[in-house]
Amino acid sequence: MSVDLSIVLSGEFGEWLLRGFLLSIELTLITLVLAFPLATFIALLRLSPWKPLQGLGFAYVEGIRNVPLLAHLMFWYFGATQLLPEGARNWLYEHDAETVCAIIALTLYTAAFMAEDVRSGIRSIPSAQLEAARALGFGYLRSMRLVVLPQAVRIIVPPLISQTLSLWKNTSIATVIGTAELMYQAQRVETATFRGAETFAVTTVAYLAVSCVITLIGVLYQRRYPVRAA
Amino acid sequence: MIDLIKNYWVYFLIGQYPDGPLGGLALTILLGIAALGLALPLGVVLGLARTSSHRALRWPVTALVYVVRGTPLLMVIFWAYFFLPAVTGRQTSQFNTMLAALVLFNGAYLAEIVRAGIQGIPRGQSECARALGLSYWQSMRAVILPQALRNMLPSLVAQFVTTLKETSLGYIIGLSEVSFIAGQINAQVLTQPVAVYTTLALTYFVLCFGLSRIVGVLEKRAAVR
Repeated sequence: MSVDLSIVLSGEFGEWLLRGFLLSIELTLITLVLAFPLATFIALLRLSPWKPLQGLGFAYVEGIRNVPLLAHLMFWYFGATQLLPEGARNWLYEHDAETVCAIIALTLYTAAFMAEDVRSGIRSIPSAQLEAARALGFGYLRSMRLVVLPQAVRIIVPPLISQTLSLWKNTSIATVIGTAELMYQAQRVETATFRGAETFAVTTVAYLAVSCVITLIGVLYQRRYPVRAA
Repeated sequence: MIDLIKNYWVYFLIGQYPDGPLGGLALTILLGIAALGLALPLGVVLGLARTSSHRALRWPVTALVYVVRGTPLLMVIFWAYFFLPAVTGRQTSQFNTMLAALVLFNGAYLAEIVRAGIQGIPRGQSECARALGLSYWQSMRAVILPQALRNMLPSLVAQFVTTLKETSLGYIIGLSEVSFIAGQINAQVLTQPVAVYTTLALTYFVLCFGLSRIVGVLEKRAAVR
């Protein structure tokens, strides 16, 4: 059997793979947009001066991080959907429940990892900055938003970019609940064509290409905005 | 929930064993230990190659590490699933497929940990060892690696937690580890998916959180030294 990429790249099969690729990118972008604010919120909880809020943030991060993404996906897709009232459940199944559940699981999972990066970025800003802002009469949230966070961004962005790389790779796991992303479409094409080598070669190259782009963005960012010495 | 645990706890912990193959949580832990145990020597070899002064050795290994790290684990599993039988000429069990994929994948990640560990040892150590007349290998084995491995211990335990979580992907190729068993139980009970998957999540949590506490203790101890 000779290797012939045109079989899986052209016509119907090529279209399946392309659609999967685009959905994977979409999952990554939507999750990123949703997870970052959530992560910042969790990080602020963990840094808050009030113990119960700290505990809440800690419980979130550890509770989510120590359970595999696969278990999260199965919980949301097979479990949580059954708790919904009948009408809402039917509505969800009519509106691509697989993708919605994948986004929920990916967002909650990614936010737990990002929260730790945001937290350590904020912690690296000397506490005198916060104290000075408070002394000037800013409230806690306003001094965070106007003084501490803008300085922390330079430190936070590089680890967030590497979390984005993990997120991109993690979208592949959504195939277990039948989200029609790239890995799912690859399995579908493989089943239809029996061209395992070609299908997986194309898929691997697609994953690698986006991984390379994300890595490159990270390198460029660090070159453009190096961390300033405190 | 109580009935669920009462009826299925043995199946959940060890699968069909002893009447059938070992499965469940026991298989998850076994697979995790075997995968990291085999990945560690591979990681040390790749890590040494990454820090080698020979380009012919450094470049291909660097490329391999970057390719593996840029690929989802699931992709590596599928490659192993379809091509191990072709290469070995024999049917490969799901356990061995998963093991091969995890060893390769974690080997690449461990290579970076080992590289960082080696580069974290002051240069003076290896220069001193060489000046005392030890060869490259002798100085690595007797001077650099023992110190590097000790510094790496927290990262290694953290990697073990990651590996345990990664074994859950065996579900996709039908390996009867704990996630797969949970799926089976859910299919038999049918009416309590929330309870089944919450139990699964809690099981992973207890295992991985416990281990990550050990990482915290190790880090504190390393900081004292």
